[in-house]
Amino acid sequence: MKAQVITITSGKGGVGKTTATANIGVALAALGKSVVCMDADIGLRNLDVVMGLENRIVYDLVDAIEKRCRLRQAMIRDKRYNTLFLIPAAQTRDKNAISPSDMIRVCDEIRPEFDFILIDSPAGIERGFRNAIAPADMIIVVTNPEVSAVRDADRIIGLIEAEEKDPVRLIINRFNPSLVKRGDMLTSEDVLELLAVDLIGIVPEDESVLVSTNHGQPVVLNHNSLAGKAFENISQRLIGEEVPWMNLDGKSDFFGRLSRLIRSGRS
Amino acid sequence: MSTIFERLLLREKKSATTAKERLKLVLVHDRMDLTSSALDSLKDELIAVISKYVSIDTDAVEINVNQEGREQTLIAIIPLQASRKRGVR
Ligand SMILES: Nc1ncnc2c1ncn2[C@@H]1O[C@H](COP(=O)(O)OP(=O)(O)O)[C@@H](O)[C@H]1O
Ligand SMILES: [Mg+2]
Repeated sequence: MKAQVITITSGKGGVGKTTATANIGVALAALGKSVVCMDADIGLRNLDVVMGLENRIVYDLVDAIEKRCRLRQAMIRDKRYNTLFLIPAAQTRDKNAISPSDMIRVCDEIRPEFDFILIDSPAGIERGFRNAIAPADMIIVVTNPEVSAVRDADRIIGLIEAEEKDPVRLIINRFNPSLVKRGDMLTSEDVLELLAVDLIGIVPEDESVLVSTNHGQPVVLNHNSLAGKAFENISQRLIGEEVPWMNLDGKSDFFGRLSRLIRSGRS
Repeated sequence: MSTIFERLLLREKKSATTAKERLKLVLVHDRMDLTSSALDSLKDELIAVISKYVSIDTDAVEINVNQEGREQTLIAIIPLQASRKRGVR
């Protein structure tokens, strides 16, 4: 039981789970870790295109579970890092093709060989979500600073608590400092106060996410991107390093206050 | 003239503040799995049950939800009315 299994989920769709999974996976591999990124969004496969590996798929997760291939054969090695792998979702099946115990079994099979297994969860609160969180040692909830995303995050956090999993860690994605300054976007402090969970990173809204996704090159590979830097910081926190909070709005004391808030929430 | 304008602007609530206030309420109800109208009937029934045993000041009954982290506690404040028996002078 070596690998840590981390599931990235959200409640609401489109908040950045797949983007986060791909980027954290690449960043962990860049830090020298061996990583498997698993797409658990059966029927809505996407992690492959975000990672730029769509042309290499032969077998998928469901093929492996249904024993049409060995799990190894469904693992695609990344073009850039040879310690990074993708297990793609099946595209023509649905979430009922697999069960929570299948997911646990698959993870247990590869745990000894890797440092991290990242699972990209589908949106929603049903079977697909249950499958994705079943093997998780840690669950990261992604939200946006916006009413429906925060509400759905709260719902999912409640369901995770009911499963008696460890407390979730939160990524606030698509944070827009100028909207916050104008008073038209929830601050990270607001979101943390509402959800009462621990933060693992704030990722700014950044056009380079779209551009890099167009190329199939996760944005962490672009060293000029603020979002890329934020995903890198998250990955460092995952391996236990202390990384200062990024200054996203130029107001010097903002992140000082934020980290104080987080520290008091943790104590 | 600009001062009146400024005052109006200042009084106008920022949309993020409205969002936060609305979310706070929505989350309380989501977490309890209780709508505000269900909470109202909970209050009515609670008053009815307690009134069978003691006399209470029904208008002053308050039901609040207290939050600590993600934990919520339902707190009922039920002012008792001076007992009729003891009230005899
Ligand atoms: N920080 C960000 N800045 C700008 N766009 C982003 C950011 N994060 C995600 N996006 C975009 O949002 C969309 C949804 O992201 P995705 O990762 O597919 O969400 P999910 O997997 O939760 O459905 C994508 O078009 C993605 O490029
Ligand atoms: Mg996705």
